[in-house]
Amino acid sequence: MRPFTVLATTTALLLAVTPALAKTLAVPAGPNAQERIQTALIDAKPGDTVALGAGRFELTDGLSLDVAGVTVTGAGVGKTILAFDGQKGEAEGLLVTASRDVIRGFTMQNAKGNGVKSKGVDQITMRDLLVEWTGGPKATNGSYGVYPVASTHVLIDHVTVRGASDAGIYVGQSQNVIVQFSRAEFNVAGIEIENCYNADVHDNVATHNAGGILVFDLPGLPQMGGHSTRVSHNQVVDNDTPNFAPKGNTVAGVPTGTGVMIMANRDVHVFDNHIDGNASAGVMLVAYLQTFTDVTYNPLPRDIAVHGNTFGHNGFAPVWPGGAEVAKAMGGSIPPVMWDGIVTYTHPGGAAETVAVKLSITDGPVANLGLKVQGAPASGARPAVTATLDMGPIPLPPPVSLPAAQGQLILDEVSTRR
Amino acid sequence: MLRRLILLALIPAAMALAAVAPPRPPPNDAALMADEPAPNLADYRLFTDAGARTPNARVTPYAIATPLFSDYAAKSRYFYLPPGKTAQYAGPGLIDFPVGTVLIKTFAYPADVRRPDQAVRKIETRLLIHRAAGWVALTYVWNDSQDQAVLRRAGLRVPVSFVGEDGARRDIDYAVPNVNQCKQCHSQNGELQPIGVKARNLVQLPAWAAQGRISGVPAVLAPPIRWDDASLPLERRGRAYLDANCGHCHSRAGLASNSGLYLTLEETDPAVLGVGKRPVAAGKGSGGLDVSIDPGHPDRSILLYRMASIEPGVMMPQLGRTVVHQEAVDLIRAYIAAMPATR
Repeated sequence: MRPFTVLATTTALLLAVTPALAKTLAVPAGPNAQERIQTALIDAKPGDTVALGAGRFELTDGLSLDVAGVTVTGAGVGKTILAFDGQKGEAEGLLVTASRDVIRGFTMQNAKGNGVKSKGVDQITMRDLLVEWTGGPKATNGSYGVYPVASTHVLIDHVTVRGASDAGIYVGQSQNVIVQFSRAEFNVAGIEIENCYNADVHDNVATHNAGGILVFDLPGLPQMGGHSTRVSHNQVVDNDTPNFAPKGNTVAGVPTGTGVMIMANRDVHVFDNHIDGNASAGVMLVAYLQTFTDVTYNPLPRDIAVHGNTFGHNGFAPVWPGGAEVAKAMGGSIPPVMWDGIVTYTHPGGAAETVAVKLSITDGPVANLGLKVQGAPASGARPAVTATLDMGPIPLPPPVSLPAAQGQLILDEVSTRR
Repeated sequence: MLRRLILLALIPAAMALAAVAPPRPPPNDAALMADEPAPNLADYRLFTDAGARTPNARVTPYAIATPLFSDYAAKSRYFYLPPGKTAQYAGPGLIDFPVGTVLIKTFAYPADVRRPDQAVRKIETRLLIHRAAGWVALTYVWNDSQDQAVLRRAGLRVPVSFVGEDGARRDIDYAVPNVNQCKQCHSQNGELQPIGVKARNLVQLPAWAAQGRISGVPAVLAPPIRWDDASLPLERRGRAYLDANCGHCHSRAGLASNSGLYLTLEETDPAVLGVGKRPVAAGKGSGGLDVSIDPGHPDRSILLYRMASIEPGVMMPQLGRTVVHQEAVDLIRAYIAAMPATR
């Protein structure tokens, strides 16, 4: 395990910026939980802690936090339970719209929309959380378990998400993201990094999802052109839950049994992971398949490196279109790494461009489907298998570092646990 | 006898006192500008009666052509301008209101909407106060006897029953927003702003200009678009409705900026307005459909699906309504149906 990428000389700084009069607003479990928690979230001042007691809180609406520098903490996963079974309004269990907030130490159940969302903030930390839908995988479950979007300096740490009908851990349109020591299971997508710049997804477990770890870029969004993501030291195993996403969503197109999927992104390194038991493919590198009108969008995966991973049994029953035929042609299963081979796409309203796609896949064997042109049907695949597919070195993006105060949380916790 | 004389003698004195009594006190600028909100709506003296029916000096009623739908609540709107201040016309968008301005909106239900002036129950009065540091949103909830409204910052559900246009009784679980929810709609790039007081949506601008309440109003103004004016083109009515009901969130500066779906009147690119646009983070809100608007096919359009839902996580808007605005669903259905089909 590699060391945390956090500046260590921070304790004095942290003390200096902690307000002297920081207080704790305690909210015990009991009746009228909605108004009592929401009132504390409104009354909290920067530096304060909202401490949710042990027990079950029955919520009737979404909660929201719009004060910067507040910690919301429960008594621990399984001890403090926020139950949203009776939620009447709002699309999140908890919506955070202020910076430098820390959300930790509780279980959230059955939010009607998303679990914990942050929008447009800096330094959001979500840790020691369990976000789950208790009825098992269902299309009517909420979309995302934890959902930082349009945020900078995102830390997801020791979070478990179960049952999300889109992605369990989803980070979208954000910059400088760490997802670590977390677990995503029985979701459509386990962990999804979408339209992000600089993300570090390491030491997580993604299992029993339809797809384990996805790194995507989509057109037509305020932050587009996703790049520089590290996917390392993860266990991506037995992603075997049939895709239960509502149709129309991007993840509905993720084949059941996908380990790692990179779509329309650049400078992504997939390394030192353990990838096993994923029936459709171990690692898939694919182009965005839909039409688009965003003239600056590049739908191809390029500058992608796959190295140092251990592969078990993958690609043995591919469910993607044409997969069975390809597998048959290859002697029964897909090699651990698969690339669609698409190098040409058409600019909206313009001409076709062929991109010098560079890949460095030193794990193998590698299947190149040879589809060549974006939008070509998979039935036209001309698969070729090679031991590796290495077009030369691709620089590894540096580890993501977080601001000192946010990083200090990790160091404190590690020393406490020891 | 002596007592009666004294009494008689007192009458002129009392009359004299009344004559020199100061005029009714104006709105309480100090309370409005104080950091700490007043506990009672009456503390601001924006109205001269306990029931907030009679506006005080410089408190002007206003109407907008295409309002935000709020569970069929009737809304009475006023703005207060402090002495010596005028508002400034700043183009077809938001009016530039000076510091000290208060926008006042009372949400109420008549027992029977076919008799809108009878048995009206006020639920809440919302204030947007323009302080030096920016706009502040507060809401005051009315008591059962309808003579006092008190500050509620954490939100509240209020059961409301009324008889609708069709004569049928409706029961709703009215949601008074908490202060964060106020911001969810009113924040643009993190800064609280009014939503409804856009020049293009205000019907009384020429009158205010004549009264000197607002300056810079052009001599010729495009008439505001009423979403329910059947004489207007569907496209204009539909766009006006989406602007007023969705555009504060679905804008480049709003809470839904990450969706890439922008529904303000300023937008012109069909893809941004939802035509052929695939969902990003809709989840079950997609309803199994592929695009926000499928021209000519309202039943294949996510936008309509979400307007017609009352399920949290699916319904749009996400807050501010608990029932379907059927008349608007009908309008948007017609608006999409009238678009030339592309498939």
